[in-house]
Amino acid sequence: MFKRSRDTGRDSQESRIYYASQSQLIWRKFVKHKLAVFSGLVILFMYLVVIFAEFVAPYNPNQRNTYYRYARPQIIRFVSEDGFQFRPFVYGLEREMDPVTLRRSFHEDPSQVVPLQFFVRGHEYKLLGLIPTDRHLFGVEDDQVVYLFGSDDLGRCVFSRIVLGARISMTIGLVGVFLSFVLGLFFGGLSGYYGGIVDKVIGRIMEILRSFPQIPLWMALSAALPDHWPIIRTYFAITLILSVIGWTDLARVARGKIYSLKNEDFVVAARLAGTSEPRIILEHLVPSFMSHIIAAITLAIPGMILAETSLSFLGIGLRPPAISWGVLLQAAQNIHTIVLAPWLMLPGVFVIIFVLAFNFLGDGLRNAADPY
Amino acid sequence: MLQYLVNRVLMIIPTLIVISMISFVIIQLPPGDYLTTYMTRLQQSGYTVDQSEIDALNRRYGLDRPIHVQYYRWITGVLRGDFGYSFDWQRPVNQLIWERLALTLAVTTASLFFSWVIAFPIGVYSAVKQYSPGDYFFTFLGFLGLATPNFMIALLLMYVAYRYLGWSVGGLFSPEYMAADWSMGKVIDLLKHLWIPMVVVGTAGTAGLIRVMRNNLLDELSKPYVLTAKSKGLKQVYMLFKYPVRLAIIPFISTVGWQLPNLISGATIVAVVLSLPTAGPLLLRALLSQDMYLAGSFVLLLASLTCIGTLISDVLLALVDPRIRYE
Repeated sequence: MFKRSRDTGRDSQESRIYYASQSQLIWRKFVKHKLAVFSGLVILFMYLVVIFAEFVAPYNPNQRNTYYRYARPQIIRFVSEDGFQFRPFVYGLEREMDPVTLRRSFHEDPSQVVPLQFFVRGHEYKLLGLIPTDRHLFGVEDDQVVYLFGSDDLGRCVFSRIVLGARISMTIGLVGVFLSFVLGLFFGGLSGYYGGIVDKVIGRIMEILRSFPQIPLWMALSAALPDHWPIIRTYFAITLILSVIGWTDLARVARGKIYSLKNEDFVVAARLAGTSEPRIILEHLVPSFMSHIIAAITLAIPGMILAETSLSFLGIGLRPPAISWGVLLQAAQNIHTIVLAPWLMLPGVFVIIFVLAFNFLGDGLRNAADPY
Repeated sequence: MLQYLVNRVLMIIPTLIVISMISFVIIQLPPGDYLTTYMTRLQQSGYTVDQSEIDALNRRYGLDRPIHVQYYRWITGVLRGDFGYSFDWQRPVNQLIWERLALTLAVTTASLFFSWVIAFPIGVYSAVKQYSPGDYFFTFLGFLGLATPNFMIALLLMYVAYRYLGWSVGGLFSPEYMAADWSMGKVIDLLKHLWIPMVVVGTAGTAGLIRVMRNNLLDELSKPYVLTAKSKGLKQVYMLFKYPVRLAIIPFISTVGWQLPNLISGATIVAVVLSLPTAGPLLLRALLSQDMYLAGSFVLLLASLTCIGTLISDVLLALVDPRIRYE
């Protein structure tokens, strides 16, 4: 389309709009929402990190180090006492003991300059689950440590744990939303297309589910999951539990759209031509409001992530040895730990960034969904 | 109005029935029945279990009967005020829950009012001064509030209060009132502690409410009657509150309906972090120890509470907006 208008000579703004397909129009409107585009890039970057999580993480997330317990985060520096240097470095950690409370703590020691090394060899893993390798994005000499986000009660690297925990936290929303999407489209479609008694019954069910306080219900359902289940099964059970309520929002969007579209000329024409009903719904109705569904999906993901985090935080969602942001936050549950090691709250910061980005992206998509 | 009221009250009955069924399913969820769990626990603690005791419990809950009979026995018991027995606490459930529910209600109501009181002026400001730095600031704050899990806010608040102010935040009562009976002093003590959970639980809701208020008012402000009022020389503030704000506030009231489930949910988690003597921590403990009568009763009552709250907000809405009651 683009090409043709260029061929005919000067393409005015107007003819570009005339010839643009719907998806082009949506794209143009979306790009104007700068914050949404930026958020989209942030999300993309985070998923990229998740895909290569073992490569980005300098340590095995379960590797303990009894010497460095509750080590404080080290800051990446370029300027030492000797002045600027091109290679980034951290100061080494020195352990000291409070003579009164006998509590151990760490401080950065400016006399020990520990240069960061890139593409170093470390523990072995399989890249993308396929290629065995032991290269890591960064690391330090074996007799030194680098804890960008500090270490926890067992001396495990919090940075590595956050990066690997992101894998569960950032996908659980996607899987959950996919299930909600299937359920929502099915029930919302039925409800909007047939109307009448079907619509009433489904509407009632949705209303009841929506009036249910979600957390107590989720708590009850996930507490019923047996302890001895493998991580992967618990993971899917949790997504299932989350979508039990999650589908209602998507169903509402789908219902409203189908309801308003079902008497449009093109649908009536399809019906008169003898098209089967599932085909009318899936091939003619769904594509015409797909953009709205995508926006609704994007806005539904944050809720799922927050729910998983909350459940795991309470100890009834995913449980260790599974690592997710919620599981990591469990370590920061009481005030003494937080005061001793505030960096254990860092997984929460990532939850906030991720959810915020999804909210902005969803906002932009929703604005762009109807470009006319 | 009466017609509407009757309709609305009748509509709540099927909802309550479904809620009771879900709660019953929750009670049934853990593998094995509670009696078996109870017996094993008693035996583990070196207790000899009397056969007559087993029979009595079996009869009471009809555990040997089919599932619908069990449900019937349980629900008729609930209607008579018998919520079953908490095996964990060795006490009837209804001795444990009421005070906790009342405190949950106190926290939730306080948060609701807090979020209204905060969201209303900010929403009006953001709409009137659209795209001003203040508007951007509050919009951003709103998004941040939406994105932060409730328990994170609670954790941060605890940290800041402890680290910089030396306060230990948590609980709803000072130690001296913890076990005391209700008195004037205890109520005042409660009010002193209530503000922290109120702020924490209310924050997420406030963000949503600000957006609702802002959008409603923006819709109204662009209507011709506002222009007319302005051109006639009405004072800005007078004009604003006399007409558009009154209209914009109607959908605002209806948000209580979806606010309540969220607030109750939020209060449940925050209560665990701040160790409040409300429903949350007890529910969590009951779930973890599979004390299912207690857990089921909590879910049942929290959900019913939400339902009734929604009913009240609908009635309020009908009072304010005649279009709804004549529909």
